[in-house]
Amino acid sequence: MSIPRLTDTTLRDGSHAISYSYTIEQVKDIVRGLDEAGVPVIEVSHGAGLNGSTIQQGFSKTPEFELIKAAVETVKQAKVASLFVPGIGTSEELREAVEIGIKAIRVAVHCTEADVTEQYIRLAKELDIEAVGFLMMSHTQPAEVLARQAKLMESYGADCVYVVDSAGALVPQDVRERVSALKDALSIDVGFHAHNNLGLAIGNTVAALEAGADQVDGTVRGLGAGAGNAPTEVIVATLSKMGIDTAISLAGLMDLSEEVVAPIMPGPIVIDRDNLASGYAGVYNSFLLHVRKAAEQFDLNPTEIMEELGKRQAIAGQEDWILDIALELAEKKKDLQSVK
Amino acid sequence: MSKMKVAILGSGNIGTDLMYKILKNDGTMELSLVAGIDPESDGLRRAREAGIGASHEGIKEILEDQEIKIVFDATSAKAHIKAAEQLRAAGKMAVDLTPAAVGPYLVPPVNLNDHIEAKNVNMVSCAGQATTPLVHAVSRVVPVHYAEMIATVASRAIGPGTRQNVDEFTRTTANSLVKVGGARTARAIPVFNPAEPPIMMANTVYAAINEKDFDFDAIKKSINDMIEDVSEYVPGYRLKAEPIIDYRDTPWGRLPVVVIMNEVEGAGDYFPKYAGNLDIMTASARKVGELYASHSLQKEEVRK
Repeated sequence: MSIPRLTDTTLRDGSHAISYSYTIEQVKDIVRGLDEAGVPVIEVSHGAGLNGSTIQQGFSKTPEFELIKAAVETVKQAKVASLFVPGIGTSEELREAVEIGIKAIRVAVHCTEADVTEQYIRLAKELDIEAVGFLMMSHTQPAEVLARQAKLMESYGADCVYVVDSAGALVPQDVRERVSALKDALSIDVGFHAHNNLGLAIGNTVAALEAGADQVDGTVRGLGAGAGNAPTEVIVATLSKMGIDTAISLAGLMDLSEEVVAPIMPGPIVIDRDNLASGYAGVYNSFLLHVRKAAEQFDLNPTEIMEELGKRQAIAGQEDWILDIALELAEKKKDLQSVK
Repeated sequence: MSKMKVAILGSGNIGTDLMYKILKNDGTMELSLVAGIDPESDGLRRAREAGIGASHEGIKEILEDQEIKIVFDATSAKAHIKAAEQLRAAGKMAVDLTPAAVGPYLVPPVNLNDHIEAKNVNMVSCAGQATTPLVHAVSRVVPVHYAEMIATVASRAIGPGTRQNVDEFTRTTANSLVKVGGARTARAIPVFNPAEPPIMMANTVYAAINEKDFDFDAIKKSINDMIEDVSEYVPGYRLKAEPIIDYRDTPWGRLPVVVIMNEVEGAGDYFPKYAGNLDIMTASARKVGELYASHSLQKEEVRK
């Protein structure tokens, strides 16, 4: 097994978990800790990618370009990356982020829609930055479909394609199949991004590496959407036990987790009812807080909303369906009560 | 009343669905020609079967026929920029279904009458046709500080043109929400969902209000009236639920947001019914053509 490249996305995926409230100071502190520990790539943007500040997702408390600028000014060795979802972001925001100094863009689409990334992967290469394809909700498609989609991204010029377990719904066998299929089909790097809904974030990351993944994602203390991600510091510790030296300081990451990240978190991220329901139903992790809000507003159980979202095959960016489903379920309940 | 001769330029999916819509609805237009570039295309074959003139020489025959007064352009933005010049020189009215936007945006229930003398009008985008009327329905009652719309459509109903240029789609649609819908600022976000069986086009409009007092009942009534106006020419256009007010944290403070959830079921003419996004484009274009045709025919009557 070769030494994988680690991307920390606490400052992107983690923003979902704290309702997009990162401050410039917090970004600087986290970036400094990651950079000094030797993490090679640090992702910073709204959770939904550049320009994600919307009613649908939630607005950033601090404009994200200020946060990205703070990160770029703080790093000494790491590359700053951002996430980009076509349709939420446009070329204009991508250009602006590159102007500020990001060195990589991760272009994320639902895992059947790779052709939508062409415009943006090509632009990233024109602007001379690294382009990573991000195939979200990878549990919804078999390995060969993902490989075909990844191949499209490679043909547009991507430097790497990620299998993204957005719902935390994959088990190790699924991960191995998917990563292997991409490894066989592509001549570029293959990556894996985990969520912990089934308690498998680290296990799946190891499975991905065993299947040949070249790059993996983590977040400090697992601070990410929903059930969170594979904790960066735990990845480093696990790899070290496996005899793989990432040259990243475990002590540095542990201090960062305890002293800087823990105080920012509203509470520990655990696999509670809502997170397990989400992973089991195959629902996008960033829906969690929106589902909880709607459940409270309409006096529903979050699990029933999660189940319905899974049934309707909702994908990333469809937070509006949460409200739609909640209204429908509430209406049904009212009808039942009136019958009684 | 006599009829006005019209033609469709472009024999792809949009052009073909539009052909059926014009043939199905007896109105003031007489479809005399469908012009494409591929003699083997399904669209031209179907035109011939329907007894309509079919040409594979592009715009040529359209320009040669002086009787043709209205031309629906269902080609591409690039092709329309050239065609627009030629049609103008030939004195023909152009209804542009491409994103070229040579002429003003036209959304039938909102500004059809503002551009009644225009020689070239643009049909915005599918999401623009679906959501601009809803934003306008709110803004005619109370100022809309910011409008945001999420259009979720079946992956299968999104063609390669849109896929390769999502930027254009979002920009055009957001512009329409401001220029025609009346919002102060706007965002438009498309979502392509590959669920099987394919989902019907679903649109959510968020209209953030920054006024102290407003009459939500009046807004709801205005929205319901608008739904009725649109469904007159797009029968599958409806609300999924009664509009609600939801409070959201925004850069302008915690504001009431009118949330409108809409779906569009297609008529199933050439496209499957789930493709409401394509259906609303062709249905709106037909509506515009009808109005222009009857307007010019009336003017001719007066002249006689």
